[in-house]
Amino acid sequence: MMQTPVTVPVSVNSEAPWVLPNRGIVGMWCLIAAEAAIFLIFVVAYIYYLGKSLTGPLPAQILELPIVGTICLLSSSLTVHEAVSALRKGKVQRCTVALAVTVLLGAAFLWTTAAEWHHLIYEEGFTIRTNLFGTTYYSLVGLHASHVVVGLIFLTVTFLFSVSGRLGEMHAERLEVLSLYWHFVDAVWVVVFLVVYVLGR
Amino acid sequence: MAKEAPVLEAIDQTAPASHSSGPGVVYEWLTTVDHKKIGIMYIVYALIFLVLAGAQALLMRIQLAVPNNHFVTPQVFNRLFTMHGSTMVFFVGIPILFGFGNYLIPLMIGARDMAFPRLNAFSFWISAFGGILLYLSYFAGSGLYGAGSAPDVGWFAYAPLTAKVFSPGHSTDYWTLSILMSGIGTTGTAINIVATVICMRCKGMTMTRMPLLVWLLLVTSCMVFVAVSPLTAAQIMLTLDRYLGSHFFDTQAGGSAVLWMHFFWIFGHPEVYILVLPAFAFINEIVPVFSRKAIFGYSAMVAASVGIGFISLSVWAHHMFTVGMGPAGNTFFVFATMVVSVPTGIKMFNWLATIWGGRVRFRTPMMFAIGFLFQFLMAGLTGIMLSAAPFDWQLSASYFVVAHFHYVLVGGILFALFAAFYYWYPKITGRMMSETLGKWHFWLFIIGFHLTFDFMHIPGLLGMPRRIYTYEAGRGWEYWNLIVGIGAMVQAIGTLIFVYNLVHSYFRGKIAGPDPWDAWTLEWSTASPPPSYNFAVEPNVGSRRPLWDLKHPEDPDSSYE
Ligand SMILES: [Cu+2]
Repeated sequence: MMQTPVTVPVSVNSEAPWVLPNRGIVGMWCLIAAEAAIFLIFVVAYIYYLGKSLTGPLPAQILELPIVGTICLLSSSLTVHEAVSALRKGKVQRCTVALAVTVLLGAAFLWTTAAEWHHLIYEEGFTIRTNLFGTTYYSLVGLHASHVVVGLIFLTVTFLFSVSGRLGEMHAERLEVLSLYWHFVDAVWVVVFLVVYVLGR
Repeated sequence: MAKEAPVLEAIDQTAPASHSSGPGVVYEWLTTVDHKKIGIMYIVYALIFLVLAGAQALLMRIQLAVPNNHFVTPQVFNRLFTMHGSTMVFFVGIPILFGFGNYLIPLMIGARDMAFPRLNAFSFWISAFGGILLYLSYFAGSGLYGAGSAPDVGWFAYAPLTAKVFSPGHSTDYWTLSILMSGIGTTGTAINIVATVICMRCKGMTMTRMPLLVWLLLVTSCMVFVAVSPLTAAQIMLTLDRYLGSHFFDTQAGGSAVLWMHFFWIFGHPEVYILVLPAFAFINEIVPVFSRKAIFGYSAMVAASVGIGFISLSVWAHHMFTVGMGPAGNTFFVFATMVVSVPTGIKMFNWLATIWGGRVRFRTPMMFAIGFLFQFLMAGLTGIMLSAAPFDWQLSASYFVVAHFHYVLVGGILFALFAAFYYWYPKITGRMMSETLGKWHFWLFIIGFHLTFDFMHIPGLLGMPRRIYTYEAGRGWEYWNLIVGIGAMVQAIGTLIFVYNLVHSYFRGKIAGPDPWDAWTLEWSTASPPPSYNFAVEPNVGSRRPLWDLKHPEDPDSSYE
C-alpha cells in the first residue's frame, strides 16, 4: 500500500464555470506559428535572391500564372469549412461529400504543380541546380507542395473514416483542427503566388 | 473572492503501480508518456551530454594550457570546439530546461499531465536520436582516435565552409541532420508547453496566478516558434545545397554567405534567451522561498519577460558588426541590444528587492541562486560593452567574447540549473541531496568558475583569437591560459562531486517528505515523488501561493489579490 498524504488546496464555492480553450486548436495555432516562420525564411531568401542569378533563365521567361491550380486550392478552403460546419450540425453525409470535394480539389492543385515542374524540368531543362532562381523557386514551391501532401493524407484518412461511418458529431472539434491546418496551407499559397508569380515576374 | 475551504486532508490508499523489474522497467521507460518520466529522461540525457561536452572542454584547455602544445592535432581541436558548442547548446541546454519544464509545469498548474503526452514522448525521442546521431559521427570516417568524422565547422557553421567542396565527407551532414532533429523535438515540446499552460490549468489557476516559472516557460516556448524555425529552415537549405546542388549559400553561383549568418543569428541570439529565461524561472521560484517573502513585483516580472522575448528577436546582427552593415544597421542593432538590458535590469532589481529584508536561509539552492545573480550581472555588463559596435570591432572573435558568453551560460544558466537541481531533487526522488557535498560543490565550482572565466577576458583583450589550436610563447597569453586551465580542472572536480551527490543521495539521502523547503507552489502539495496521476484530488486555488493559504488560513494571500 502506498500512502500518499495529500494536502491539496480545494475551495468549495467554485461558482464560476471553468472553461479553457481546446488544446487541439491551441496546439495547431502554435504549429502554424512555427511553420509560418519557416516559410517566412524561404520567402525572404526568394526575395533576397530576386534578380541575383548569374545565368538565365529568368522567372519572366519561363513561369506562367497557375490560375487553375490557385482556384482549386482556394476553393478547397471553402469546402473544408463546409465539412466542419456540417459535422457540427451532425450532418455526416454532407460532411463526407465536402471532404471528398476537398481532397479532389487539393489533388487537382498538386497535379497542376506537378505538371508545371514536369514542363520546367523536361522541356525547359530548368532544375534546382540551374541558378539562384531555380534554387529558391523549387525549394519554396516544393516546401508548400509538401505541406499540401501532408494535408491531403490527413484529409483522405478522415474521408475514409467518414465513408466507413466512424465520423460523428463528437469529432467536429478535431476536424476543425485539421481544417485550420488546411486554411493555413491555402494562406501560404496566396503569399507564394504573390511572391513567385506576381512580384517575381 | 472565493472563500477558502477548510484544508482537505486525505490519504491516498491506491496501490502503487506494480513495480516490474529488469527488462520490464526498461520497457516501461522506453514507452512512457508520463510527463514526469519524460522530464527525468530529458534531464538524465542532458546530464550525460553535459559530462561529454565538459570533457571536450577539458581537452581543449589542456591543449591551450601551455604554448606550442601538441596534445591533440589541429583537426581534432576543430572537432572538439565544434562538438563542445553544438552539444552544450542543443543537447544540454535545451533538453535540461525542457526536462525541468516537463516535470514541473503540470505539477505547478495542478494538471495530471501535459496536453499531448504522446507528442511529448515523440519530441523527447527525436531530440535524443539527434544527440545520438551527432555522437555516432565519432565512430565514422577515420575512427575514434582521429576523432572520427565529427563536425569541424564551428557551432555556427559559417558558409561557405559548409559547402560540399570545402567540407567533403559527411561530418557537416551529421551536424545538420542532428540539429534539424533537435529542432523538431524542441518545437514539439514548445507546442506542448503552450497548449498545457493555456488549456490544462486547474480550477482557479488564472493566468495572473500562475507561478512565474510557468509564465517564463510559456514565453520561452513562444520564442521557440519564431526563433528555432528559422534555424530549421536554414538547415533545410544547407541540406539542399549539399545533396541536391542548390546554391543558397554557394558564393560561386551568386549565393550569399552573409545570408546564412543572418538566418543563423536570427535563431542564435533568441536562443540565448530561450536558455536564460528558464534559468530566470528557477531563480524566480527559489529566491522567494529561501528569503521567506513573496516575489517582489510579480506583474513587472511577467511584463519584463514578455518584453525580453520581443526585444531579443530584433538584436541578432550584433553578432555581425564585423560584416560591415553600414551605419544605419549598426546603430539599430547597437540600440536594440542596449534596450534588452532594461527589462533584464528590472528583473535584477526585483530579485534584490525580494531578498531585501527577508530572513534568508543559506541552503545550497540559495547559494547557487546568489552566485547566479552576481555572475549574471557581470555577464550583462560585458554584454553591454560588446554591444557597442566599435568595441566589438576590436574584440569580435577574441577570447573576450568567449569569456563573455561563458559568463552568461556557465555563471548564469548553469548556476541557476544547479540551484534547480538542489531545490527540486527532493520532489523528484523523495530524498534530500547532501548539504555538505552541496557546499563543497558550490565553493569548488564558484572558485573554478572565476579562475577560468574572469581570467579568460584578459588574453582576449591582449588579442588572443578564439578557436586557435595553439600559440607562440612570449605574447603574454601563457600565464592567463594556464590559470584558465587550472580553473577548468577545479570546476570539473566540483561537477564530479555534484554527480556523486546525485547518485549517492538517491540511495542514501534523507527522506524529504512532500514539502521540505516550506514552499508555496502546488508541486509541494503532493507526495515526493508524486504519484503517476500527480494529485489525488484536483486542486482549486485562490491565490498565487496556494500552499501559503493552506498553512496560514488566518492570513491568506487571496485576501490581497
Ligand atoms: Cu546575441
